[in-house]
Formats: sequence, structure tokens, C-alpha cells
Amino acid sequence: MTLHIVREIEKLKKRLLTLSAMVEESYQRSIAALERRDAALAQQVIDADTDVDQMEVDLEEECLKVLALHQPVANDLRFIVSLLKINNDLERIADLAVNIAERALDLMKLERIPMPFDFANMSQKVYAMVKKSLDALVHFDQGLARQVIALDDEVDELHHQTYGLVMAQIRQNPDHLEALICYLVISRYLERIADQTTNIAEDVLYMIEGKIFRHIL
Amino acid sequence: MTETQIVTVADPVVQVENLNFFYGNAKALHNIGLDFPRNQVTALIGPSGCGKSTLLRCINRMNDLVDTARVEGSILLDGMEINTPTMDVIELRRRVGMVFQKSNPFPKSIYENVIYGMRIAGIGDKATLDETVERSLKSAALWDEVKDRLHESALGLSGGQMQRLCIARAIAVNPEVVLMDEPCSALDPKSTARVEELIADLRDRYTIIIVTHNMQQAARVSDYTAFLFEGILIEFGETKNLFVKPKNKQTEDYITGRFG
Repeated sequence: MTLHIVREIEKLKKRLLTLSAMVEESYQRSIAALERRDAALAQQVIDADTDVDQMEVDLEEECLKVLALHQPVANDLRFIVSLLKINNDLERIADLAVNIAERALDLMKLERIPMPFDFANMSQKVYAMVKKSLDALVHFDQGLARQVIALDDEVDELHHQTYGLVMAQIRQNPDHLEALICYLVISRYLERIADQTTNIAEDVLYMIEGKIFRHIL
Repeated sequence: MTETQIVTVADPVVQVENLNFFYGNAKALHNIGLDFPRNQVTALIGPSGCGKSTLLRCINRMNDLVDTARVEGSILLDGMEINTPTMDVIELRRRVGMVFQKSNPFPKSIYENVIYGMRIAGIGDKATLDETVERSLKSAALWDEVKDRLHESALGLSGGQMQRLCIARAIAVNPEVVLMDEPCSALDPKSTARVEELIADLRDRYTIIIVTHNMQQAARVSDYTAFLFEGILIEFGETKNLFVKPKNKQTEDYITGRFG
């Protein structure tokens, strides 16, 4: 005999996995679109966002249904409440991927300039955070969640450096102002994605340990 | 050994220490240690046969009525040991009232049901009795429904009304503690809600210890929850913590329905 709530939670997990995979793909595509100046790929990221939005709404409705019908407690309750919040974080990451894709399209219309900061390094770090936060979530892994939280400081520092680098470039090449601002904004989007993965990691810790870690770690 | 008591209670009214209980050779309670906080509702939860009703009945020595029952250890009521031969058990049961699963009004009028304890105690002054009936029925949220038929048989009341009458009867003698053994299990949702509301109101004046199989009810009505399994106290703590983040895996499995 399988309990109703166990079945419902399994269904929620499946939906969550689907949504996670979609968000991860959007992120990777937005980075590739920018690096390869691939307009078609950037457009795919933008178009896929409607599906992500729908998925987010469906998952939220499912969570509310389980809360109303099964009145979960203890770990079940913490799982569903965390899921409601993580659901929002995932949707925001996809939105930020769309923003990166849009800036990639903008950049394609401008003269090509060397990237003013180490984009590959920063986007890989952020990708590691996306990946680790989702793995922490799927495998209830506290260790991975804590790694994500630690990485956030590194990404914050990289964004801070980007700011300085872009300012210097603007002074040297005022003609490239538009493209440079685009890159600065992209660095900011990456930094925001890192923040969202940190939120996910904190909610994973809450789910496992029952303590609220926000504003502490 | 399990963590028998995680939470220290500031002002306990009933203190159970090293309590072992036997039905013949069968040990029903193992070394229970638990303080029940004054003017709070404590829920006892656990699967059938875990000892929660046995523990409840130890507190007003209802188990004395079972021939083979034997108790070891200590139960203090306001610091006084209740398991002594000199303990006045009638007085103990006045101070520790009880409400049962199946409402058990006497085949008498509503009025006589409420003042039964006072009649036994030899109180006959009509003004005192009238006052007690009104106060008790009001406290039990039954007054408005029965005030015009106080002298009719209690057996004509609905199930929910009968249970509230039994609560009125229990509180008529001014107990300190009211024990409730699944008081809502025979009631419909509306009557259950009324009794639950009543429990919340009574908390200001009495300490309530309630045995319930309904996990949601324990979560709704109690301030503290104790989880028993196979005669062992597995976890005791504030209800709001126990239902969000239980410390013990067995507690978690039980309250989330994953048991066995």
C-alpha cells in the first residue's frame, strides 16, 4: 500500500525535475547564444519561457492542492513549503536567462568587442551553482547546498571586479559604451542567478534540517 | 534509551517520574518521565496499544479498577505523590476529572447530571447547586441550548451535547486537571469543532490532557504533544515544534503516516 501523500509527493518531485531541467537548459543556451553570437538559440531561450511560466503555475497549484487535501506535517510539510519557494526561484532563473539571451541579441547588432571581463569563468561558476543547488534539492544533500552558499561570495566578488573593468574600458573606448553596458548588465544577471541558487540552497537546508538559514549564512 | 523529556516545563501540575505499569506480567509503560504544564493542553498520541490511555488513567488512578494492574514509580499532583495507600482516591478524582470517548451521562436530568458530584459530597443548598449548574453549563458552552429544559432527561440530548454535558459534569467540582480520552471520536465534525473550541476556552482555568487518534486534532488543540510507542515515551515537546520538525525519526514516521 502506498500512502496518498507519498504518491502526491512523488508526482511533485517529477514536476520539479522537469522544471529544473528546463531552467538548466535555458541557462546553458543563453550562455552559448552569447558566446557564439547565435541569434536562433537566443530566440529559443526567449520562446521557451512561456513553458517555464506555465510549469511554475502548475507546480504551485499542485503544491496548494496537496496542502489543502493532505494537511502534511513534519518533513512532508517542509518539503512542500520549500518547493513553493524554490519554484519561484527557478522561474526567476529562467527569466534571467531570457534577459541574458535578449542582451546577446542586442550585442549581435553591435560591433564585436572583446569581452571586458572573464565571462567564461563567471558563467561556469554560476552554472556550477545552478547544478549543485538542483542536485542538492533532488538528493537532499546538505553538503552541496552549503557549497552553493559558499560560492555566492566568489560570484559577488567577480561581479564587483566586472564593474571596475567595464568602467576602465568605458574610459578607454567611449565608442563601445553600449556594448560595454550590455556586458555589465549581463554580469549583473549572472550575479542575480547566483543569488537565486543561494535561495534554493537555503530552502534545501530548511527542508532537511528544519532551521531557517536565510540572513545567517 | 530514548530522550524521554526534551522540554523542561516551567510550572508542572502533574509530574510523572520513572513510571512503570503492568497488566499482570505484561509491561504497558516503560520508565515514563513527563511533566504536564499547568493551564496548558497536552496531547498524548501514538498507535493503538502504545499506552497513552493507560498513562492517562494513571493520573487519576482509574487503573485501580483493574485487578491485575500494578504501578511502579511516581506521579506527583502539585508536588504530592498520588500512588500512596493514604491517598483519598475520591478526592483525587475530584481534582483530576475525566471525560471518556463515549459520552456517559447518567439516566437522570441534565441538572442532576451536572451536580452529581456535589450531591455525592453532600451539598444540598439549592442556590449553590443552581449556580454550579449554570456556571458549568456555560463553561461547557451548553447553557444556551439546554437552559429551558434542565430537568429533562440527559439521554434526550444529541451526541455532541451529551459530551459537553459530561465536560460540564467534570468541571462542576472545580478540578485542577481534566483528562480526556478521545472525547471527539464519536462526534460529527461540527460537534467536534465545538468541543475543540471548548478545550481552548477551558485551558485558562484547567490543565487538560487529551488522548487522541486524530493527529490534526492534536495539532489544533494542544500546546504540548507527547508521542508514545510500545509503552515508551519517544518524544515530548511543544506541539508547534513537534509537528514541523520532530526530533525523532519514529515521531516523524508516525505523524506523517509512514508507520510500519
